[in-house]
Amino acid sequence: MGKTMAITGNIAIAIAMKQINPDVVAAYPITPSTEIVQQFSSYVADGAVDTEYIAVESEHSAMSACIGASAGGGRVMTATSSQGLAFMWEMLYIAAGYRLPIVLVCVNRALSAPINIHCDHSDSMGARDASWIQLYAENAQEAYDNTIQAFRIAEEMDVRLPVMSCLDGFIISHSIENMTILEDEEVRRFIGDYKPLNPLLDLENPATVGAIDLQDYYMEHKRQQHEAMLNAKKVILSVGKEYGKLSGRSYGFFEEYRLDDADVAIVVMSSAAGTVKDIVDEYRSKGIKAGLLKPRVFRPFPAEEIADALKNTKAVAVLDRADSFGASGGPLFPEFRSALYDVPNPPKMINKIFGLGGRDFGPDDVRGVFDELVAIKDTGKIKSLKEYITVRE
Amino acid sequence: MKKKGWKEVPIGGVLKDKGSSVAYNSGSWRSFRPVIDLEKCINCMFCWVYCPDSSVIIKGGLVAGFDLEHCKGCGICAKECPPKVTAITMEPESKGPVCG
Ligand code: SF4
Ligand code: SF4
Repeated sequence: MGKTMAITGNIAIAIAMKQINPDVVAAYPITPSTEIVQQFSSYVADGAVDTEYIAVESEHSAMSACIGASAGGGRVMTATSSQGLAFMWEMLYIAAGYRLPIVLVCVNRALSAPINIHCDHSDSMGARDASWIQLYAENAQEAYDNTIQAFRIAEEMDVRLPVMSCLDGFIISHSIENMTILEDEEVRRFIGDYKPLNPLLDLENPATVGAIDLQDYYMEHKRQQHEAMLNAKKVILSVGKEYGKLSGRSYGFFEEYRLDDADVAIVVMSSAAGTVKDIVDEYRSKGIKAGLLKPRVFRPFPAEEIADALKNTKAVAVLDRADSFGASGGPLFPEFRSALYDVPNPPKMINKIFGLGGRDFGPDDVRGVFDELVAIKDTGKIKSLKEYITVRE
Repeated sequence: MKKKGWKEVPIGGVLKDKGSSVAYNSGSWRSFRPVIDLEKCINCMFCWVYCPDSSVIIKGGLVAGFDLEHCKGCGICAKECPPKVTAITMEPESKGPVCG
């Protein structure tokens, strides 16, 4: 059995890392994820882990070192935020293209400019097409649980893709919450021994990593990545179920909160979902059938399951904590709307961009969205498809 | 040769065959070819050390010429040949028959 502790999201991740005991961690600290590697480096200095810790000169080097260590045959992880993730950009694609099961904890923070250190999802959303599996957490408990499961998902032989485990900067990374951590032994047994695939350090079986791949084979390798994402779906579900047996907390693609018979629903990821749950309860007590769908897995995108969960709603608002400037909505909206395209009598759908750069998202903001959804349900009319909220006029 | 489908090739672009670059004719990239004057060569082996494509042929411990199937014509050998020797000159392929 685990123990209950009051800790920040960052410390929860650092503890997960200690329990995972990766072979190599290469990182360059950046707000708000700094505390993760700071705490972890003291575990290294104290001999609490066997990890080779590489203090690199940039995030580009951090991901490069992770790629080298993973290709060499090690279990590897890192953490970053915002500009740090952006600076890893080309290496993110290379990690995925080499099919290296690296785990990266992304403490979500807005991208510059203007410079800002607070939460939004523009950093990880920018990496959505990099062929990384993406998991999002509502709170420190989920962030801890997702990070442990990430290794099992990434390392499954018919997946072998890197995983990004995301949590909200400051709101979760720096807030103290009660949560339960597993015993070290339970974590180690759950993730098991690392099984490298074609490791460069296996001198008996030499392999070339990084050879040029032109018109003749590049596309076959991309098709394999597509297949790996499809395979990841069943792996994410089975790992989530098995983790439930161990911890009492099961995980799927998303959480449904009072969604079964909901007429109006909000889709929102991460910490903002907590606020929405409160208002769902408030509206339910007033007789309004409100509900929430909180995505946990954004890549692979579980389109069929989402369509099934939302098919009986009348009006849905998809809330994006990032914009895709010039697009019909933030990163989530077009995918959710497309997922529901083939449902008979699909719900009316709107998009709200909210909470950029850590802008507070409070109960009144949620009430505003639910009121608008109720009006859409009653009239069938949409005022505007994509709209900024939590912003001053 | 029939090319393999996506289910048949190893993932991640990994190559499992040792020495597979022998099968790749990088000589076709060449626009300049190294030409050696064996009379001038002092067999210091600088060209052999620096050639990025292992294309300097050695026979009986002496430089014997170039593997034009794989020499890509980078000119490093000519550059590294000691200034007092300059046994290698880079000749435009347009001047001679295209090899490799
Ligand atoms: S030109 Fe370049 S590739 Fe060709 S033999 Fe000289 S060094 Fe090697
Ligand atoms: S570098 Fe010049 S002198 Fe030295 S072995 Fe090569 S060709 Fe001969």
